Amino acid sequence: MARAVTPQRKLLNTVLAWAVALLLFFPILWTFLTSFKPEPIAVASPPQFLFFDWTVKNYVDVQNQRNYFDYFWNSVIISLGSTILGLAVAVPAAWSMAFVPGSKTRDLLMWMLSTKMMPAVGVLVPIYLIFKTLGLLDSRIGLTLILTLINLPIIVWMLYTYFKEIPGEILEAARMDGASLMSEILYVLTPMAVPGIASTFLLNVIMAWNEAFWTINLTVTDAAPLTKFISGFSSPQGLFYAKLSAASTMAIAPILIMGWFSQRQLVRGLTFGAVK
Amino acid sequence: MGQIILSGVTKRFGDAEVIPPLDLDIEDGEFVVFVGPSGCGKSTLLRLIAGLEDTTAGRITIDGRDATGMPPAKRGLAMVFQSYALYPHMSVRKNIAFPLRMAGASQAEQDRKVEAAAKVLNLTSYLDRRPGQLSGGQRQRVAIGRAIVREPSAFLFDEPLSNLDAALRVGMRMEISELHEKLRTTMIYVTHDQVEAMTMADKIVVLNAGRIEQVGGPLELYRNPRNLFVAGFIGSPKMNFISGPEAQRFGAHTIGIRPEHIGVHPTMGDWRGVVGVSEHLGSDTFFHVHDTGLAPGLTVRAGGEVALRHGDTVFLTPEADKIHRFDQNGQRL
Repeated sequence: MARAVTPQRKLLNTVLAWAVALLLFFPILWTFLTSFKPEPIAVASPPQFLFFDWTVKNYVDVQNQRNYFDYFWNSVIISLGSTILGLAVAVPAAWSMAFVPGSKTRDLLMWMLSTKMMPAVGVLVPIYLIFKTLGLLDSRIGLTLILTLINLPIIVWMLYTYFKEIPGEILEAARMDGASLMSEILYVLTPMAVPGIASTFLLNVIMAWNEAFWTINLTVTDAAPLTKFISGFSSPQGLFYAKLSAASTMAIAPILIMGWFSQRQLVRGLTFGAVK
Repeated sequence: MGQIILSGVTKRFGDAEVIPPLDLDIEDGEFVVFVGPSGCGKSTLLRLIAGLEDTTAGRITIDGRDATGMPPAKRGLAMVFQSYALYPHMSVRKNIAFPLRMAGASQAEQDRKVEAAAKVLNLTSYLDRRPGQLSGGQRQRVAIGRAIVREPSAFLFDEPLSNLDAALRVGMRMEISELHEKLRTTMIYVTHDQVEAMTMADKIVVLNAGRIEQVGGPLELYRNPRNLFVAGFIGSPKMNFISGPEAQRFGAHTIGIRPEHIGVHPTMGDWRGVVGVSEHLGSDTFFHVHDTGLAPGLTVRAGGEVALRHGDTVFLTPEADKIHRFDQNGQRL
């Protein structure tokens, strides 16, 4: 039976929802506002909210110091590259785990997830040395590889849960109909899993875009993505909050816009399996 | 062609032996029904023939070729699943054409065969719909269409009608039987419903715990069940079983008598009892008779117009030549 929703209750829910949303959004809003403030006002106390001399000088300065688009393209290449590479590995892996599980499949899945429980800094030195030996430091290929590897467990898990929802009989029907393994995955499984693959793709692009630890530690300039771009404004000459905010706004804007347009896919991806 | 021979076919899942070594010959063009209670291994046996499960031991020969290790696609069989297993993202046309596409048939050939199958199955006006826009019966027909276009040497049906409502089920039963008449292709049909088995089969294979209890035509099984299991499973309502002194009078450990072979009379007969629940079907009435001193309850079939009330005393007389006798191991005497 549906619960009766009184108008008061509805109002309360709306207010609460807005409050939580604002609370979560506030840091981004504050960064955005600060990016338009002159440096002294950015650190002024008490803080000024809307009524100050709006300026785009910070953006101009930031762009003059470092070319945004170099970093932007690195971010695009690394996040898309690692996502596509990850999916290419994860689709067959999740297929085998979902449809022909062995006695150790559960353990394998847990083990994959457990690698995400270890702090990344724990393997920084060995990874750094490996990258150095292989000449992968500050290279797009190297970053793409490392991001693929660190996000792979999540991709496999997400696809695995999607694939589990697909009735095995449909794949068996394809097998009876003469489909080879490749055709089965290509013509039957993948089209049916498109919504799942799409949300996995989006989430992974976002995770790769925002990944800061490895991108900052393994790059200098050539392969540096936007995370490095931001961090570049946070140290040498002391803190310039307004410029830092401008850099951050520029760095997160593309992914924010992408997220805005793909909200429905993302929400479905995040709650998949939770509600049925 | 569509001759399938199983010799010593065995299936184990870990330590559990689902199908002990089993032999079975299926002749070309036969309509064979595997029937048995749930968990008896009938679906597993079908999946072994299809190649969707690997045999643990034994040999499966299809049209004289050893198919034991062959992948499903190479066996030349087509299967219709209980859940229909249609491709939800493809139109009906593409669903039916899928096996042809996988076989590399030309577009013209695909179109021709799909149209022909759609005509046979009354699907012509639905060809551009998605499976989600079809009713259960139509989906089942699409699944059959997908099987037909392959021109398989045998069709495998895995409880294809259990998701349909009762009225549709009877209709589809007729359609599948008619299809068999038309194509004369071997069909293997798995069901737990003995009515489906009796009405459709040329040959029924009764399975219990992975073992074949009896193989034979519907009436052969009905008239001469080899053991208690088959006697109890085939026929509706179930055969009545009586053991003890009354059975010994017939020189048996247990005797069986079907509800339709017992006469009912208000004043005279062999066995006296009291009427319990009655089921009125219009054409027939089934009475459950208690307190006979022979068995907990006996089911008796009478004409639709016979009026007996709860608590009435009745006399029952079995038809002497319709009594089945079984020994203490449940085997027919």
